[in-house]
Amino acid sequence: MTALPAPSYQTASPRLIWGIALSLAAILWLWGQTVAPFAFEYPKALQIPAARWIGGAITWLVKEAAIGPIAFADITRFVADLIDLPYRATLALLATGLLSGEGSSAIQLWPPLPWVAVVGLLALIGLYAGGIPLALTVTACMTFIAVFGQWQSAMVTLASIIVAVPLGVAGGLFLGIAAARRPWLDRAMKPFLDLMQTMPVFAYLVPILILFGFGPTAAIVATLIYAMPPMIRITTLALQRVPSEIHDLGRMVGCTDRQMTWRVLVPSAREPLLVGVNQVIMQSLNMVIIASMIGAGGLGFDVLNALRRLDFGAGLEAGLAIVALAITLDRLSQALARRNRAAIPQGNALQRHPYLAAALALIIATTLLGLLIPAIQTYPESARLTTSPFWAAAVEWINITFFDTLEAIKNAVLLGLLIPVKRFLLSLPWVAVVAMLGLLGWRLGGWRLGLLTASLSFLIAATGQWEKAMITVYLCGIASLIAMAIGLPIAIAVAERERAWTITRAIIDTLQTLPSFVYLMPVVMLFRVGDFTALIAVVAYAVVASIRYTVLGLQGVDPRLIEAGRAMGCTDWQILTRIRLRLALPEILLGLNQTIMFALAMLVITALVGTRDLGQDVYIALTKANPGNGLVAGLAIAFIAIIADRLIHAAADAQRAKPGLGAQA
Amino acid sequence: MRRSTPFLSGFRPLGLAAVIAATTAFTAAAQESTDPIKLTLHDWTGQLITTQLMGEVLKKAGYSVEYVQADYLAQFPGLESGDLHVAMELWDTTAREALDASVATGNTENFGPTGMKAKEEWWYPIYMKELCPGLPNWEALKDPACAEAFSTAETAPKGRYLGGPVTWGGYDEERIAALDLPFEVIHAGTDAALFAELESAYQRQAPIILWIYDPHWAPAKFEGEFVEFPPYSAECYNDPAVGLNPDAAYDCGKPFGEIWKAGWVGVKDKWPGAHKAIQAFTLDNKEMGLMITEVDLNGKAIEAVVADWMAANEARWSTWIAK
Repeated sequence: MTALPAPSYQTASPRLIWGIALSLAAILWLWGQTVAPFAFEYPKALQIPAARWIGGAITWLVKEAAIGPIAFADITRFVADLIDLPYRATLALLATGLLSGEGSSAIQLWPPLPWVAVVGLLALIGLYAGGIPLALTVTACMTFIAVFGQWQSAMVTLASIIVAVPLGVAGGLFLGIAAARRPWLDRAMKPFLDLMQTMPVFAYLVPILILFGFGPTAAIVATLIYAMPPMIRITTLALQRVPSEIHDLGRMVGCTDRQMTWRVLVPSAREPLLVGVNQVIMQSLNMVIIASMIGAGGLGFDVLNALRRLDFGAGLEAGLAIVALAITLDRLSQALARRNRAAIPQGNALQRHPYLAAALALIIATTLLGLLIPAIQTYPESARLTTSPFWAAAVEWINITFFDTLEAIKNAVLLGLLIPVKRFLLSLPWVAVVAMLGLLGWRLGGWRLGLLTASLSFLIAATGQWEKAMITVYLCGIASLIAMAIGLPIAIAVAERERAWTITRAIIDTLQTLPSFVYLMPVVMLFRVGDFTALIAVVAYAVVASIRYTVLGLQGVDPRLIEAGRAMGCTDWQILTRIRLRLALPEILLGLNQTIMFALAMLVITALVGTRDLGQDVYIALTKANPGNGLVAGLAIAFIAIIADRLIHAAADAQRAKPGLGAQA
Repeated sequence: MRRSTPFLSGFRPLGLAAVIAATTAFTAAAQESTDPIKLTLHDWTGQLITTQLMGEVLKKAGYSVEYVQADYLAQFPGLESGDLHVAMELWDTTAREALDASVATGNTENFGPTGMKAKEEWWYPIYMKELCPGLPNWEALKDPACAEAFSTAETAPKGRYLGGPVTWGGYDEERIAALDLPFEVIHAGTDAALFAELESAYQRQAPIILWIYDPHWAPAKFEGEFVEFPPYSAECYNDPAVGLNPDAAYDCGKPFGEIWKAGWVGVKDKWPGAHKAIQAFTLDNKEMGLMITEVDLNGKAIEAVVADWMAANEARWSTWIAK
């Protein structure tokens, strides 16, 4: 702390301020219980009835709000119809075929694309964009889905993803560029991004259902809200980090603003933007489970249904089908975006468009053949595989053989780490925590930040959610620390190794898209319901962010700087700590930020295994159709995220102000 | 004449015959809307069976039916706005509040009971009787040795009772206090978690006592018994003076509950015949238990089980759709 350059408003020594503040807090904590009970439990009489207000506002919005003669709900319904059009078209093509009429009296006029054709088409795109290896990967993924009998559901899911992802990418890119150009917009948007990402979907599900109607469109809207923020964030960050030389070059050759953005900045920020696209795909597929709860059907429904029967194998197969879809879409989109524009081939139409011609030929051939041979149209039931009995047996074997060992480990972690931290956090007086957060904000980022952190944390207390919020902080805090502790070393180890990174990437993509439900239930069998099980689920999900962003940062370090370091005689350790990690710090901090966001996003899932945090409140509010309560708890989660985010950023800025390499970043 | 029309998931190429069959089927319900009636599917087998039974019956009457996958509780806004039409299983025990709130908006209607009764109570696997010989009488649980048999590291020496999700209510904390049982309630977050723990314990023949409900596959798959508490009465829940403990309410077992059918209020006007059929639909626990066992334990397809029931009970469902 002493190395901080002292700004003018700092008169007293930092150590003195912290010493006094901490001692006051400790005194309050130790002896305040009897003197000032209000400091420990926020007085009920002074609580802000935010749930009632927000509930009323929602009711007004969905039932009465209107712009002129047009009700707000009519506008959203219109938007829903707009989204519904491409969705219906894609669904007809992939899953249902062309139908006349609705429901069970519908007549199929034309069958959907045969499964062979879909696999073939995706493989062709793979071949076009990334050569034979990619074509093989895609074929393997899609065949996996067919062989395990998930084809029909997978196509329903794919249809909604095909509609949601381009909307998410385009919207994210557009907003991200706008924010990169106008710093005020960036600042204004940040809280909304935090809200969109951290507000549990369950909290706003009910209003969305009312506004957009029950069904796939509402699911797509919810998916967009959840999946777009990473794209916006990454776009803004990437454009801001384009080296100033490239900017200057653009200016010198006389680019207009539009050319500057699309011809200069976006192409030179391509790598990070691709991470953004990857995130939109991953997050969209992540929503598959929740989307299935509101009428999207598809693989998410299969997962839920299988787990209700405790059929882990069936759940895992449906879950892995989601992963296979994710990998296919991600790898294809990455390859397409990376593909360099080759010279335009000459010749007749067939020679100029060999892939298009092949695709058309494939569709026509398989459709005609499909009429004769049903196995080409629909994957034959008799050739399906299932691993269900194997998984049931595997879980049973682990359960019977290792339960006692696992129980011992669990009890050690619970009694040694989780319960003490939880007790400690719950025993803290809220007054002291609010004051300390305010002080920390002030010291790190000035009085504005201090005011923000203090008032947000005060609002949590004032809406009567302090205890639940502390349990949230305890669970997510420990989980984020563990996730960073696991993620950083892994990222450092694989960042420079092509093969290792490819494998790691497949694993973290799997972790991110495999619905946590799939592994949550076996984990419940082995560890019972409770905080430890929740912790495992949160860490498994949050570790993805810490690895992905750290690797991105490390790979972006200019190799010339590493060379220079080596030339000056740095050891490997010095190169790592002084150059690579230092330069990658912005991404690592973004990673930490995202790790916390991911951890908070998992709260609703952990509520399903019996934790008593804010996620549980959101879940209860949903089951009681009480949007007010749900949104208030959701806001509290978002406040926690915002406080963490701002403090991390301020700390990073303070760190960067230190002399040294960091100043360049 | 009344033929079922092709279901949308079946892959059939162009078929003129199907078109003719469909147009003739429509005449059966000529004066009513030909829009599909949307029935919601949730994520448990019993509900899927009930809903598809209803759907098949409606199809026989010439209606167009569409199944929509929806969350049990998130479906209410859809039912209220008319995006969805019929929900076939709303349990008194878990959806009562949401159902009442929804009916109170005037946009949904309770179509009456399904005839099935939801039973829920404390349940233990049969091998626990060795450690706790007095069971199923609830007083056996008062024995400290018995409670200890059900304990874990976190709850010892008290017994660990695995309750349902907080949202299910159930007054187990109050019951434990009123009956002075040496037990602690741990809430599972979902019923999947509840049964995952049961499966785990049953595999290891380990102690467990938990909240189970019926109709469900678990009582069919695992051998065990419900604890017999003093019988439920409304007075026992409302009046502390009633029951064993003169100072506390909830000193008795849990009530049986109805399982309701409900849906959009517009069904009545849009498809009056279907409305009648849905109201007439009834099943009982035994039938349902058998069908759930067929699907979840014997691995039969839901469609096949539904078709069997339709074939065996033609006389019954014909009266539901009779004009």
